[in-house]
Amino acid sequence: MVKKVFSYILLALVMLFVYTPIFVLVLFSFTDTPAIGQWNGFSFDLYRKLFEDERIMKIVRDTVFLAGGCSILSTILGTLGSIGIFYSKKRTAKIMNAVNNIPVVNAEIVTALSLALLFAMVFTFFNKTMFSLVIGHIVITAPFVILSVMPRLKQMDPNVYEAALDLGASPAKALFTVVLPEILPGMLSGFMLSVTLSLDDYIVTAFTKPEMFNTISTYVYNAVKVPVHSALPGLRALSTLIFVVIVVIAVLMNVLKKKEVKSK
Amino acid sequence: MKLRFARKHLCIPYALFLALFVVAPIFIMLFYAFTDANNRFTLGNFGKIFSDTTTLSAILTSLSTAIVTTAICLLLGYPVAYILARSGLKHTQTLLLLFILPMWINFVMRLNALKEFLSLINLLDKSPYLNTVIGMVYDFLPFMILPLYTTLTKLDKSVIEASTDLGANSFQTLIRVVIPLSLPGIISGVTMVFMPTMTNYVISDILGRSQITILGKLIENYFMQSNWNMGAAISMLLLTVMLLFTWLTGGFKEEKNERGAGLW
Repeated sequence: MVKKVFSYILLALVMLFVYTPIFVLVLFSFTDTPAIGQWNGFSFDLYRKLFEDERIMKIVRDTVFLAGGCSILSTILGTLGSIGIFYSKKRTAKIMNAVNNIPVVNAEIVTALSLALLFAMVFTFFNKTMFSLVIGHIVITAPFVILSVMPRLKQMDPNVYEAALDLGASPAKALFTVVLPEILPGMLSGFMLSVTLSLDDYIVTAFTKPEMFNTISTYVYNAVKVPVHSALPGLRALSTLIFVVIVVIAVLMNVLKKKEVKSK
Repeated sequence: MKLRFARKHLCIPYALFLALFVVAPIFIMLFYAFTDANNRFTLGNFGKIFSDTTTLSAILTSLSTAIVTTAICLLLGYPVAYILARSGLKHTQTLLLLFILPMWINFVMRLNALKEFLSLINLLDKSPYLNTVIGMVYDFLPFMILPLYTTLTKLDKSVIEASTDLGANSFQTLIRVVIPLSLPGIISGVTMVFMPTMTNYVISDILGRSQITILGKLIENYFMQSNWNMGAAISMLLLTVMLLFTWLTGGFKEEKNERGAGLW
């Protein structure tokens, strides 16, 4: 009993540490004051201003499109890569997996600098363009698609593919109708992971992005770094909205997962 | 015979991508690390790292921040992961989700929330170092909890029962059975917290008011000054340390996906 109470208290304390800053921000998003701690009556003014601010809306759109686009590319490239690696010789597979792990374990700043060097010195034409930015995001996300799809391939019954071929399917058709459905959950979680990592990224983005292009990360970083910034109140509203969206998605995903488990 | 070729070759696009945007950049970085501004071979960059007071103090700051942060994350994260994994509380899945939910919120936005909160409770102007450590713990705690939780749930219950049956009290069981058996999770968590804390300069910039210079910040500074050689040398050093560490801890295995495994 004592143990249980102690456990709950510890969990509650750590939870408090994690959530207090977020909830304070949420609370003060409903009052239009320059700084947190001052209360100027309940209002949705910050939200109204946020939606009227065309610059921020564009940044939000750009961030979402970048994350979506890069994640689609990463998922395609990574899925093809996984299938290829899976059916390659052991040595090839080993090398590919090792190289694939470099961006995963590497410090982000090192990946960022190496890419910046590549574009500044070799592909100068593409330096600090959308191309270098997209490449940067694929470099940090595609490895996770491989890591998500690979276990699915290993779980798959190898005979099913052969059976499809024996029954007259072309290799392409067998891949699409037999292998693809098996690895689809892995592709999906790889895709979602890519979206999360891309939305979250600051360092690689800052090193590869075009001068005038901003994502939420770079925009917030520039606003937060200086002591006082006119964008800070708006950020409270934006953070709250993002938090709400995330909670909704997380709850939905969990409900779906539970249903899936139950139906099995 | 022909169809086997087809499947194997699916990894060619990804192999080319990795060669061009992961391997080639590292070689370019290697070149710049060992040359001076006139492209002549030199070991001077590395000499400077270990003789220059700026770099030396950045190394010391990075190490001390990383050690303190990792220790706090482990001390907080281990009990949390243990309680979630083994104490038979209800709704552990939901609780775990609550602990990792903040990982989905944009990382710079989360830091902004923390910064606003610290300034609300008048802590922000006290100690840049303390703030940086708080920020790093705040950001990286989920990365410690997740791998620990995964290993602890896999732990065989009968081993713990055997330990108690043989007369060990719960403290002895924890020290001599549970902790040694969860070592893979500890290593993986420590890796995922230690490296980023040495290099993620966004946290020290925002919360340490740019008064804390860690290695990542130093690389960014050199990048801003277009001093590629020094930036590349420090990056090479970090990369080498990282590869050595991964190799020593028997990394490069599938379980590296833990950064995202719990996410989706």
